[in-house]
Amino acid sequence: MPPATAIELRDIGVTAGSTPILRGVDLVVAGGEIVGLFGANGAGKTTLLRLIATLIRPSDGNGTVLGADLAGEERYDVRPRIGMIGHTPGLYPELTLGENLRFAARVAGTPDGGVEASLDAVGLLGAIDRQAGASSHGMQRRAEFAKELMIDRELLLLDEPHSALDQDAVELVNGLVGKIAANGGAAILVSHDRDRVTAVADRSVDLIDGSLQ
Amino acid sequence: MSTGFTAQVAAVVERDLRRERRRGDVFWVTIPFGAMALLLAPLAIGTDSALLQRIGPGLYWVIVMLFGVLVSVGRASAETQSQRDAVSLLGLDPAAGYVGRSISAAGLLIVFELVVGAVAVVLYGFDLIGIPWLAATLVIVALGLGLLGSIAASLVGSGSAGSALVPLLVAPLTVPLLLGATQAYEGLRLGDSILPWMLLMAAVVLVAAIAGVLTARPLQES
Repeated sequence: MPPATAIELRDIGVTAGSTPILRGVDLVVAGGEIVGLFGANGAGKTTLLRLIATLIRPSDGNGTVLGADLAGEERYDVRPRIGMIGHTPGLYPELTLGENLRFAARVAGTPDGGVEASLDAVGLLGAIDRQAGASSHGMQRRAEFAKELMIDRELLLLDEPHSALDQDAVELVNGLVGKIAANGGAAILVSHDRDRVTAVADRSVDLIDGSLQ
Repeated sequence: MSTGFTAQVAAVVERDLRRERRRGDVFWVTIPFGAMALLLAPLAIGTDSALLQRIGPGLYWVIVMLFGVLVSVGRASAETQSQRDAVSLLGLDPAAGYVGRSISAAGLLIVFELVVGAVAVVLYGFDLIGIPWLAATLVIVALGLGLLGSIAASLVGSGSAGSALVPLLVAPLTVPLLLGATQAYEGLRLGDSILPWMLLMAAVVLVAAIAGVLTARPLQES
């Protein structure tokens, strides 16, 4: 069961060298909540997502994600409960869509049998043997959503979740996000498309020059 | 070693070998260039067969070392940030990732050693003596290069060092392997004991494996 508070960030700062990327970020996201995150290019949205995914540590401040301290060792243990889809595909282009998902299933320790069902759910079962590199950007994103469907995630971080997707896929993504929230999980959707995200999000925040408004 | 760890190692090995089979970097670029280097040497130094027979084994191992480091570093450092992030969020134990990458690199290097070795035997005419020991040497060298190269690749991936600089930093670490491999062959040829050289190479493999497993997490997180 996901914790009541999925994300709690207190006065978080991230610097790259001497350049501040995030400054004084406070954010609390409850279990079951869907949050839209908006901001201009270079505002620090991707850095904030990677921080919440525990992939980078804060330079200042403190926080927890799914109950794990962002600076502590326990953050490694919560990673399999966090799904993130960035704006560049994380698939291996040389592998087929099926092989990509089978690799993910084996590493995550989930049954291989979920691969076909997940690809079927995103309308890609017929493309299971197609190499990811030979698939369109939209198909690759669908395959990444299939991966997140296959693995039991409690927190979903999506960067431009609706880009390169047709209307069917948009509804599919919204369904996946809604399902995770209904089960007590949480989601953050980063986008430039306010209309599409506010239609599914419970609330929105703006990131301006590394600070949340 | 838990079942989860071994399953993750197996998944990484399978992924890497499938990627290599489709990319063909080792088979269509590295192996032909390695063979070409062996072909060009006689053109540069003449066709004195006694001289070629004498320097052949050393030249072969130098080529294996240099190309071996490039194979290991090049493959692992080809991963993108998105791919590394995705794998981290699957819960891949960095040590399992390191061991898996090293094993797959060693497997590819054994193929490289065998193909380039066949070219060397034909061109330089050196004797195939003590085949079980030669086979053991090939495997140990491939493992050592795979393990060292995967540490180097982790350095590249962490941004701690540039992809051009790392092979140069790692190449000196392969010197004990080069020494062990050439001296083991010489020992076999002269009928001397090769055990000290085999132990030296095994020690390099052991140290590299321990260092790689211990540094896998810090390098991933840096």
